[in-house]
Amino acid sequence: MTVEILDRAFDPWHHLAEYQTKGIRQTGQFGATAVFVGTMRDFNQDDSVQGMLLEHYPGMTENYLEKISREAVQRWDLMDSLIVHRVGELLPGEPIVLVAVWSMHRKAAFEASRYLMEELKSKAPFWKKEQLREGARWVERNTPG
Amino acid sequence: MRIQVRFFAALRERVGISEQAISVPENTTVAQVWSLVVEDKPLPGNVLAARNMEYVDVDTQVTEGDEIAFFPPVTGGSR
Repeated sequence: MTVEILDRAFDPWHHLAEYQTKGIRQTGQFGATAVFVGTMRDFNQDDSVQGMLLEHYPGMTENYLEKISREAVQRWDLMDSLIVHRVGELLPGEPIVLVAVWSMHRKAAFEASRYLMEELKSKAPFWKKEQLREGARWVERNTPG
Repeated sequence: MRIQVRFFAALRERVGISEQAISVPENTTVAQVWSLVVEDKPLPGNVLAARNMEYVDVDTQVTEGDEIAFFPPVTGGSR
């Protein structure tokens, strides 16, 4: 069960491969891995977005993501979970978030990864400020899943 | 009692305060902390509040040494 907040660009696939090699002790035990990667788009509400600043509440963000990870591991009997989330300055095309879960069967993996993403989006203390050509604006609400 | 008050994101910009230490009387609630720090603006209805990095209701009472945070609805993850 790992939570990471990164302030620079990362490659989720490389990150995941490395984590799975180093982090998971029960290789041979898990039958399912579900992975979600969220990436920054270059448009929102019909406006072209040049970049984004992702702010967070250091400490509370980690606490909250660890809490939902513990909940997911218990509820779906997961072997492991990984959440990686970017903060700081982002450019379109850069990955924002990686969620991966390992379980015995696919149902638990699909459900748990969805649960983690929805809980993250609705309550983890992150805020986006988009940089448009005309200036910057705070994103006021998240899109429904 | 001394407490620390923090604001984040759009709310920090609107209020013009990032972080402030204040003294409050016993039995002060989170909502009252807002009024003591932000004198000229009422507590917005969609504001989220945390006490020592855990979500709380604004009716919660604060205690000595607490860190109280106010912030707008969160917008993490991908869109």
